[in-house]
Amino acid sequence: MKIIIVGCGKVGETLTELLSNEKKHDITVIDLERTILQNITDTYDVMGIAGNGTTFSVLQEADIDSSDVMIAVTGSDEVNLLCCVVAKKSRSKIETIARVRSHSYFNEISYLRESLGISMIINPELAAASEIARLLRFPNAIEISTFAKGRVELMTFRLHENNPIIHKKISAVIGQYQADIVVCAVERDHKVVIPDGNFIFEEQDLVSIVGTPKSSNDFFKKIKIKTHQVGNTMIVGGGTIALYLALQLLNMGIGVKIVERNKARCKELCELLPKAMIIHGSGIDHDLLLEEGLADCESFVAMTGNDEENLFLSMFAGTKSKGKLVTKINRFSYDEVIERLDLGSIVCPKQLTAQYILQYVRAKQNSIGSNVENIYRILENKAEALEFNISKKCPLLHVPLEKMHLHSNLIVAAIIRQRKIIMPRGGDEFRVGDRVIVVSNGNQILDITDIQK
Amino acid sequence: MNFRMIFYVLGLVMNFESVFLLVPCVTAVIYREKEGIAYLIMAVVCLAAGIVMTAKKPKNRSIYAKEGFAAVALSWILLSVAGAVPFTVSGEIPSFIDALFEIISGVTTTGASILTDVEALSHASLLWRSFSHWFGGMGVLVFILAVMPLTGGRNIHLMRAESPGPSVEKLVPKIKQSALFLYGVYLFLTVLQAVLLLAGGVNFFESINIAFATAGTGGFAVRNSSFAEYSAYVQYVTSIFMILFGVNFNVYFLLLAKKFKVIFSFEEVWQFFAIIGVAVLAITYNVRHLFPTLEEAFRSSLFQVGTIISTTGFATTDYNLWPAFSKIILLLLMFIGACAGSTGGGIKVSRVALAWKGVRSEMVHACHPNSVRVAKYNKNPVSVELLRSVYVFLAAYIFIFTGSVLLLSLNGNDFETNFSAVAATLNNIGPGFSKVGPTGNYAFFNGFSKFVLMFDMLAGRLEIFPMLLVCSPHFWHNNKKFFRQRWRRK
Repeated sequence: MKIIIVGCGKVGETLTELLSNEKKHDITVIDLERTILQNITDTYDVMGIAGNGTTFSVLQEADIDSSDVMIAVTGSDEVNLLCCVVAKKSRSKIETIARVRSHSYFNEISYLRESLGISMIINPELAAASEIARLLRFPNAIEISTFAKGRVELMTFRLHENNPIIHKKISAVIGQYQADIVVCAVERDHKVVIPDGNFIFEEQDLVSIVGTPKSSNDFFKKIKIKTHQVGNTMIVGGGTIALYLALQLLNMGIGVKIVERNKARCKELCELLPKAMIIHGSGIDHDLLLEEGLADCESFVAMTGNDEENLFLSMFAGTKSKGKLVTKINRFSYDEVIERLDLGSIVCPKQLTAQYILQYVRAKQNSIGSNVENIYRILENKAEALEFNISKKCPLLHVPLEKMHLHSNLIVAAIIRQRKIIMPRGGDEFRVGDRVIVVSNGNQILDITDIQK
Repeated sequence: MNFRMIFYVLGLVMNFESVFLLVPCVTAVIYREKEGIAYLIMAVVCLAAGIVMTAKKPKNRSIYAKEGFAAVALSWILLSVAGAVPFTVSGEIPSFIDALFEIISGVTTTGASILTDVEALSHASLLWRSFSHWFGGMGVLVFILAVMPLTGGRNIHLMRAESPGPSVEKLVPKIKQSALFLYGVYLFLTVLQAVLLLAGGVNFFESINIAFATAGTGGFAVRNSSFAEYSAYVQYVTSIFMILFGVNFNVYFLLLAKKFKVIFSFEEVWQFFAIIGVAVLAITYNVRHLFPTLEEAFRSSLFQVGTIISTTGFATTDYNLWPAFSKIILLLLMFIGACAGSTGGGIKVSRVALAWKGVRSEMVHACHPNSVRVAKYNKNPVSVELLRSVYVFLAAYIFIFTGSVLLLSLNGNDFETNFSAVAATLNNIGPGFSKVGPTGNYAFFNGFSKFVLMFDMLAGRLEIFPMLLVCSPHFWHNNKKFFRQRWRRK
């Protein structure tokens, strides 16, 4: 596909990196700054054009007439929207994606999308808030992805000491607890393994399981991991994400306490969130946090504007409270270091934005070429989950899984047959109309037949 | 420095060299020449070496600017050494230094020969010489980038190190597509020229040779008299194609993309044509009394100007006999050279123009210290970094030039010979003046001088910095550890 990316900030660069790594797209990036472009074109196999992405001539130079997707991720909402409008006017078949973050457009997103013909509008703050809300609903998960409209969930959690399944084989665990789930990936020492039945769990493993919300809930109960949502949360930093997050949490019946150092902002928040408790003060003030019940709160979200402050806040909260920790990070460059700190969940709005856009682009791409319905990147891009539709022509119809010669680095994680969700075991088979979810870390799978050796 | 990756790239180059060597092999089969065996042996040796070197793919495959420089310079040296062997093995050029000189002159598209009798060579060797011009002209690594699945954004550094010009840009988003396009246009123009030559009554073998040598702006001819014996039609066709190959290839891309407006603002090409036009008119006027007709004077000066400015180096006439004014014009054209992004050598029209703009704006700045000026070239603002790279290139160019003239003077030839020999090799032209003029050759230099000239040719083709890098002790010092480890393991 031919893709134009306007704006080479963090999101633009992440997108460029992820898309150019797929090697099947022709990417052109547009930015005003030559030095930034130089840097990008030196690092990735893309073309750079210096200029204003809202102008017709620059878009012409980027060969918009034959492009498939345009992604506008500059720092300004209006520029992004205008880019999309100009692009759409010069080529009606193009898919346009805009990042719009301002709160003033919040309620008008669907109107904008329809009236301006924009395919996707993404609000990074909202995306981050939703992600955090999802994490707080199930505090023991580090990552949650949903498939098949929420009927199948992929959850990642860490095995802490005293967990009964440590040092046990997967097959034994499944048998012992009669769990209707599939263990689809385990991350150990930064390496993702797709395990088979003989895999043995160790402490500190990051285990990803696939199941229906109910079956995974049952499984968690049996292995004594808490599954209920948190009862209350403390948020430090009252920015836009905090606002969106508080709105969602209050809706879910979770008590919210926001610590914000700017008095004027506190008043604003009071008006917008009448049900939340707003506290004026600095997050660095430890006494204040303790006084407000840090030790008893079930979750703690650090999202001030400063990455370092957030990290230390979370570390501090980790020593005082046993609650779920969520840390917002803007710059993702130290991810390897941060991972080692065991801060619970890290949320990076810009990274998230790039991921969402990427998913959209992939879905578009896949609807053209291969038979993949959807691709989800999981475990920080180290593995992917793919959704397939089984058609009449599929050569693997009615072959039991144990008789297929599957690659070792993938697993058939779920079969969705009409209303039924099947956690596949050796005897299960594909039937016409099934949706199949495959988790893989490595080879490119473009068709369901690629899962065989 | 990621030496493993450089090693891997060198292995790829060896594989491709072995494929290239099959071309003279096939020629030898057609003409039933025993020299073909030498090429076949070398092809097998190169393939074996290449397979060994590429057996293990390096884990870290990143290529940064310095790896790009080093890989390109070492590739070209390796390529030349391997390419020279068949000449010596087949006994056609008994001295290995001479053979090396000949093939470096080939791949760098210089066209300076040490052979006194070209016609005595076998068809296989003649074609190998011309073919080396062809793949050297557009670049071996660019070729590899075009056909190999070497993906990764940083490979642009390989292309940048090998392609001439102050700023190398991609034409389309992917390097592979850009490289494929360049080779596509290159191949098309080469075939077109060969067909036009065939139509002009040149035999098949010579047409191909001439087309290869013109396309790479090389200059190896298949006849001792170079171009003097060919018809006027052939001379005109070749003149035009030499100039076409000296044009920035981006123009062809813009032509195909129908972006005529952009071509119109492409200053470099118009300057290139303007220089050619003025030089041709001046020389025609200056030499009109030496030729029986005005047409012949025009044709000779067009051919000579075309051959010098595109740094090809064919000759239809001995311009040593021309008046000093014409000779000086040709000498100046040698330094200017072709456009950036073409197959020609020299300083490049764009660098000269940029340097000129830089001088002018510095002059204004000296008179009005508070003035702010932004120079523009090809309708784009010229960055300070670009200007700096031009100045640095010119400085390095002058150092190498003067150093080479000094070293060459040890050999005891006259000044004009030494000076023009360096000018002709550093700018990848071929013939110079006096003893190295169109009727002379480079055979009389001693071994040391030949090595100096070989270095000049490589430095000229690769635009100096890659060669300077691999010659710097710093580079080898930093990589000593790598070699030691490698050595120990064996």
